[in-house]
Amino acid sequence: MIAIAQVTPVWYLVLASVVFAIGAVGLLVRRNPLVMFMCVELMLNAVTLTFVTFSRMLNDVNGQTVVVFVLVVAAAEVVVGLGIIVALLRKQPSATADDLTVLKG
Amino acid sequence: MLASLWQQLSDSPVPIDSVDLAWAGLAPVMILIGGALLILAVDSLVPRRLRPGSYALATVLLAAGAMVAAVPLWQRVQDAERGPFATAAGAIMVDGFSVFATFVILSAVILAALSFDGWLRREEMDGAEPYVLMLLSASGGVMMASANDLIVMFLGLEILSIAVYVLAAMHLRKITSQEAGVKYFVLGAFSSAFFLYGIALIYGGTGSTNLVRIATYLSATVLGDSGLVLAGLALLLVGFGFKVAAAPFHFWAPDVYQGAPTPSVAWMASGVKVAGFAGLLRVFYLAFSTYRLDWQPVIFVLAVLTMLVGSVLAVVQTDVKRMLAYSSINHAGFILVAVQAATAAGVQAALFYLAAYTFMVAGSFGVIAVVSRKGDIGTSLDDYRGLSRDRPVVAFAFALLLLAQAGVPLTSGFFAKFYVITAAIEAGSSTLAIIAMITAVISSYVYLRIIVAMYGAGDDVPAPRTIPLPAAAGLALVISLTVTMSVGVFPGTLASLAERATPVLIPESDPGAVDPSGVPPGP
Amino acid sequence: MLDLVWLVPALPLAGFLILVVLGRRMGEPGAGWLATAMCGGAFVASAIVMAGLIGEQGENRRHLLTLFEWMKVGGFRVEVGFLADPLSITMALFITGIGTLIHLYSISYMHGDPKFSKFFIYMNLFVFSMLMLVLGSNMLVTFLGWEGVGACSYLLIAFWFSKDANASAGKKAFVTNRIGDWGFMCAMFLTFATVGSLDYSVVLEQAPLIAPATATAIALLLFLGACGKSAQLPLFVWLPDAMAGPTPVSALIHAATMVTAGVYLMTRVSPILTQSYDWAPSIIAWVGVITALFAATIALAQTDIKKVLAYSTVSQLGFMFLAIGSGAYVAAIFHMITHAFFKALLFLGAGSVIHGMHDEQDMRRMGNLKKYMPITAATFIVGWLAIAGVPPFAGFWSKDEILLSAYEKNPALWFVGLVTALLTAFYMSRQVFMVFFGEERWRDADHPDAPEPHESPWKMTLPLVVLAGLATMAGILNLPFGNRTHFLERWLEPVVGESEHTVTAAASAQIGLAALAVAGSLVGIAVAYRIYYQRKMEPVEPAIMAQGWKYDTSIAAFMGGPGREAFEATATFDGTVIDGAVNGVATLVRGSGVHLRKVQNGFVRTYALGVAVGVVALLAYFLSRVTF
Repeated sequence: MIAIAQVTPVWYLVLASVVFAIGAVGLLVRRNPLVMFMCVELMLNAVTLTFVTFSRMLNDVNGQTVVVFVLVVAAAEVVVGLGIIVALLRKQPSATADDLTVLKG
Repeated sequence: MLASLWQQLSDSPVPIDSVDLAWAGLAPVMILIGGALLILAVDSLVPRRLRPGSYALATVLLAAGAMVAAVPLWQRVQDAERGPFATAAGAIMVDGFSVFATFVILSAVILAALSFDGWLRREEMDGAEPYVLMLLSASGGVMMASANDLIVMFLGLEILSIAVYVLAAMHLRKITSQEAGVKYFVLGAFSSAFFLYGIALIYGGTGSTNLVRIATYLSATVLGDSGLVLAGLALLLVGFGFKVAAAPFHFWAPDVYQGAPTPSVAWMASGVKVAGFAGLLRVFYLAFSTYRLDWQPVIFVLAVLTMLVGSVLAVVQTDVKRMLAYSSINHAGFILVAVQAATAAGVQAALFYLAAYTFMVAGSFGVIAVVSRKGDIGTSLDDYRGLSRDRPVVAFAFALLLLAQAGVPLTSGFFAKFYVITAAIEAGSSTLAIIAMITAVISSYVYLRIIVAMYGAGDDVPAPRTIPLPAAAGLALVISLTVTMSVGVFPGTLASLAERATPVLIPESDPGAVDPSGVPPGP
Repeated sequence: MLDLVWLVPALPLAGFLILVVLGRRMGEPGAGWLATAMCGGAFVASAIVMAGLIGEQGENRRHLLTLFEWMKVGGFRVEVGFLADPLSITMALFITGIGTLIHLYSISYMHGDPKFSKFFIYMNLFVFSMLMLVLGSNMLVTFLGWEGVGACSYLLIAFWFSKDANASAGKKAFVTNRIGDWGFMCAMFLTFATVGSLDYSVVLEQAPLIAPATATAIALLLFLGACGKSAQLPLFVWLPDAMAGPTPVSALIHAATMVTAGVYLMTRVSPILTQSYDWAPSIIAWVGVITALFAATIALAQTDIKKVLAYSTVSQLGFMFLAIGSGAYVAAIFHMITHAFFKALLFLGAGSVIHGMHDEQDMRRMGNLKKYMPITAATFIVGWLAIAGVPPFAGFWSKDEILLSAYEKNPALWFVGLVTALLTAFYMSRQVFMVFFGEERWRDADHPDAPEPHESPWKMTLPLVVLAGLATMAGILNLPFGNRTHFLERWLEPVVGESEHTVTAAASAQIGLAALAVAGSLVGIAVAYRIYYQRKMEPVEPAIMAQGWKYDTSIAAFMGGPGREAFEATATFDGTVIDGAVNGVATLVRGSGVHLRKVQNGFVRTYALGVAVGVVALLAYFLSRVTF
């Protein structure tokens, strides 16, 4: 039987950073504005996980209250972001992020 | 029966702990948020359309009211006996710095609102939303300027940004406005995520998000620089850098400025930038001053890149809005020069610059809003040919504002640049000062190009056209010009205000709110 | 009495303000008379202050009048104040004096111009700014005046801005001057960082304590500023183009006063220059003398009556910087004054010719004007003799002083200066012979019935006569016959005394050098006489002359060796290398802009990549700073 090492909080930190990186890279490689936006959500959730882990490590409750704030902010971002993206898609159905190149230089 | 229930409830032996709030300290923010909600409610509840202009008037009055509410705050924090104070469990700091920034942000609101009025009517989009969004956004900006806690800073940043995303995408009939909105939103959310991650890392490294406790912790730790804190600082800088459009986080700015409705841009270029720099200064200059040697070189590089990108790329533009977008990047670089100094003189120079710049840039974009045609088009350099003939006064005012941006003496821009350079040299950054001045020369060419287009004669001047000048926009122009010129002649008043607008960290004395021994060790 | 110094700039300022409000209503000629009166009043006020200064002795011969505290921020304090000392009052006196004459002249010259009153608004504003420049008690006030005269200069160059060339000339002046201003500002910051003050009284007192490296930097940065304003290599390109403005403007701003601001500035900060490394003054001297020679060769080939004078101005300013670099500050100021007299005279004379010729500026279409414009011709000839360095006219004395000091600094400098003096005599003679002597050429195939030239009205000729008198007599200011006759030197002693170079050459050597200079001038005049005056005896020549481009051929014949190619080369140098350097920087900026903007390609993902790259770079840097 393989001995599984003790799961320490550092694991969670590493997991969070990996998730964060996946989100960041996802935003860079995906073209659908909605998917890009979901990648941002992924990044925010990774940060939430980091906060909770630190909160646990520091034995400090403030880190967990932050999570609530972040969730609210994320929700507000969703509302506004979807609004903006939908407004765009109504004008240009099936537009990808790479189609938005009128403004440049 | 109700009375007895009430009696029972109030006699309840367990009182709920409530945070002690100094309401006066929050009054400006309260007025902005409350006013915004009130306007929104009135707009939805009143069946008939209100008189045109009433929303703009309400916005101006609210901003002015918030200013009035901030005056006693200024007097209080300048009073030797009372002085600056923290409130909301140490999350908000009311000091000279925050009040000064509040005044500047509110001025930007007034100027942008005046500019919005005529523009919205021309575009047939008159309504409450832009004003509400701007008021909310301003409340976020004020929060950033007075944040004493990184979470409050983040909330302020988000309140500020989310409203501005909508302001950018507001022009529904104009595809470039939509494009600007999407670009701004995607990149903004992206950088906010980095910002938040930075807060998390700093929380992990210092055990707190409160600036005072962070500073206390850092000065008590002599073991060297922690990797978590340093990484956190890097990410915080990304967030701030994005907000103030510092290279290489500036890419959004030209596109968004060009596509977004012009009065929104007036707000973005002035108020948003002020808030961003206020936050940057508070966090880096104040809380992380012990890490000064780590972040100063980075700001140095950012400042150089920002100034170069802003000046060099402005030269090759043909759209006035885009030119001014790049020039505002150049201005951001200049302010970064002041931040880099990391001295009291640097902070003062940055504040002076921000105040002077707010009026110049809001006035300039106000002119662009007036000169453009229905559909928010007509912002290319060619559209400005012959402006001195069609609208001599507007052209003259624009020329003065542009000269002020170029830093010509007898305008506020000269002293803004002067103080920044002096602060940089005093702090030993002569190289940066010289680069700053070279880029100022390069950008002055851009302003000159616009002036020459307006005043030039020859065959390529188009036929005369009538350019309506709405009264509110004219008022905005008068205000910005008056401030720009009078500060240019008598800079003393503003300079001494900026001098007294120092940010402070007050060690917490209230044991009820915070346990001083509760500073936890790092992981 | 000395406190009246505030009146000096206040009067032109009042004139400016009154004209802004009432100018259009006062119209012609009321606005012009008001402006002239204000300028004349300033002259009287300067004279009174000067009388007051004469009454004082030695160190007391300076007076600081602080008007108000302009700004105070931390340790940084700037007051608006005026410093009345021999140097500033001398400047003020000749600025207002010449200014008054030129204002008077302009009333006639601008007659009938639709923007008559506006012209005088600018002129009064200019005089005010120029007075701020020279009277300012600290560098910032000087800089303010510096910018002010610059602004007036653009406005007046582009005064008739419906002409496209004028607008672009104004633009050129703006950009070149910004480069110079940049130097001035850098110098100011450096001074403040070193000394902690911008007041001349403090800065100059502490100058001996400044480290030589810093002093050199300050001096050279200020010199860069001076190069922009005073049209020295490589920043002189704007001045010839600036002739697009009205002629009185050329006389006042681009010959007598504004362009000498650089010379004034360098004299003012002479203790700093003394404190710098030895090579710093040498650079100034060489830049000056090379500019002088370079501009003189270009002047040989010009056909526009004003362009000759413009290049001549550049050349004479070069002489002044040669003096500065040689440590002969008094000679620089002396030459500045005499030059102001004779060059203003020549410009106004040229303006009178242009006026009399009905806006003709081409010298090839003039000739024998002495018959039609006797006063103009006579006064112009006085100016010519003065600039050519013929004794006893003013230019001889001042140029002689400069050449003497240059000789003691480095004989090579003196030799180049001497050659330039010879060329000066030559091209000025060429101009005089072409314009006032020889055949009448204004009627030709293209202009069969050009009107006859006429003498200008008294308002134009009176200033000419006065200036001619001054150009003749001004040498008295500083005669080289022992210490007693060195009036200007003793007068300026409190200002430049410690920095001034002391002449050591024996009297016989001095006389020998002066004799050589006179000989050079006479040779120049004689050669020009043979080519441009006596040529009418050879019937072939006028035909060739009629085809203007062959001027260069005749000069080539005269010069022999370098000949035409040399002039073409200098002209090309002017057109390609100097213009090119200015344009090159612009091209570089523009080119890098064109490349950089490719990154701004509109793709939001590229932008995100930019942010990500920034994140990685910042993280990498910050984490490299981790200490364990």
